Amino acid sequence: MTQMHKKEKMDEYILILRHEDGNKVASPEQIQLWMKQTMDWIGTIAAQNKFSGGNGLLFPDAKVVRPHNVVTDGPFGEIKETIGGYMMVKANSMEEAVAFAKGCPVLQGEGNSVEVRRIVQKDGVH
Amino acid sequence: MENNGDLIPHLFRTEYRKMVAVLCRHFGFGQIEIAEDIASDAYLAAAQTWPLNGVPPNPTAWLYNVAKNKAKNHLQRNNIFDSKIAPELKSSASAMHETEIDLSPQNINDSQLQMMFAICHPAISAEAQIGLSLRILCGFGIEEIADAFLTNKETINKRLFRAKEKLREEKIRIELPPMSEIDERLATVLTTIYLLFNEGYYSVSQNTTVRKDLCFEAIRLCYMLVENKHTNKPQVNALLSLMCFHASRFEARTDKNGELVLYEEQDASLWDTELISKGGYFLNCSASGNKISKYHLEAAIAYWNTQKADTKEKWDNILQLYNQLLQIEYSPVAALNRTFALSKANGKQEAITEAEKLNLTDNHFYFALLGELYTGIDNDKAGENLLKAISLAKTQTDKHTIWKKLDKL
Repeated sequence: MTQMHKKEKMDEYILILRHEDGNKVASPEQIQLWMKQTMDWIGTIAAQNKFSGGNGLLFPDAKVVRPHNVVTDGPFGEIKETIGGYMMVKANSMEEAVAFAKGCPVLQGEGNSVEVRRIVQKDGVH
Repeated sequence: MENNGDLIPHLFRTEYRKMVAVLCRHFGFGQIEIAEDIASDAYLAAAQTWPLNGVPPNPTAWLYNVAKNKAKNHLQRNNIFDSKIAPELKSSASAMHETEIDLSPQNINDSQLQMMFAICHPAISAEAQIGLSLRILCGFGIEEIADAFLTNKETINKRLFRAKEKLREEKIRIELPPMSEIDERLATVLTTIYLLFNEGYYSVSQNTTVRKDLCFEAIRLCYMLVENKHTNKPQVNALLSLMCFHASRFEARTDKNGELVLYEEQDASLWDTELISKGGYFLNCSASGNKISKYHLEAAIAYWNTQKADTKEKWDNILQLYNQLLQIEYSPVAALNRTFALSKANGKQEAITEAEKLNLTDNHFYFALLGELYTGIDNDKAGENLLKAISLAKTQTDKHTIWKKLDKL
């Protein structure tokens, strides 16, 4: 029979992945390998019941809007600091969230990074 | 008089539910007891007269005629009440004309489908939904239901009574939900059907006949949904596919002594190839639309499990499917199965690291998995974990299965 699973009230963190557009630097085979690694990475977090959602962000057709209605083609800033995706996780501490981030496959590339931020809880306290 | 003993229970199972569904539609859910009484009375009449007068040439038609007549009598009694005592009631005029109960195959199917949606309603608990489904949709006896749930008749009767009360209070209508709501309501129906299937598949009840019946009833109900154009959705086909794949291994799952045979040790020649075929057919049917439901993923995993050979392709695929499944809906079982697939696809070492993070310390399957993973890597740790698993296991069957692994170390 299915077992009821208790959800602890944990904090939520967002992991912001920064890296180059994969399509510009890698072969289709390499991209497939990264996809598998990424799915495995998400799987380990989901298996611990700590995954809250996430998505990749498309590189083509990106825009940047600045003051005075200035709109340019994106993405924004240094190539390797472009945001490629994000993931929300539940964790008991920033250390735990950082441990999740360390497993991210984008970190195989020099200059790439994963930013970890705690998400505001709308509970009147935070 | 041959087979008289088996005929009535068999007819009861197959025809009772159809009769009740049609009568209920006619009388309304508020009068479900009347529908059940009329249907039961017809069977009582059969049980009393057939042993004396012999089984009629068309037993089903005989039953339906008796049910029709009893229903007419009931309506006429009500008409007398209405016309003599409450002439203001508008219903009396229409009731006079509608003493014909439509027992055509089309109406029977429609009524059962509508009844399914009425019973699998979020207003009552999942247990109550399953209980009512077994009683009204599947024609199970109260004792059979009690046996399947490992409880007693009083508990089941109370549960069903309360559930019917609740449905009456909420004025649940026996009809298909509007198209705008159907996906949402379908979700509840599918959950109930799947729970029903799991009761049979994983049940601790020793009665193997009942357990198989539960599984096949779940399959039958799902099939009814597939056959109706309003409910023939991708996720419904996916659920049907996955149940067919699982059910294909029935014969191989238990040995002569009734003990559970684990997948790795099953004799694949005992797997039902027709059911596997059906599973494949419905899996194909489910590949439409653009939404992947958890049933799609589970069906795909079940498909790979019909391929007994231990190939890299099989385990890579199963791992990815579990990766996706866990994102849609976490469950401890899925987490454990994913970790097992990880060990087959990426090696035991990586799986051990991930398994240690799962921390499902109240679950005996967790320690059984750790025991399995450590076997051949660190047999001391394997033994520790298997012993822990045995201490947490609740049934003799489960303990025995783990003992066998410990012995092999």
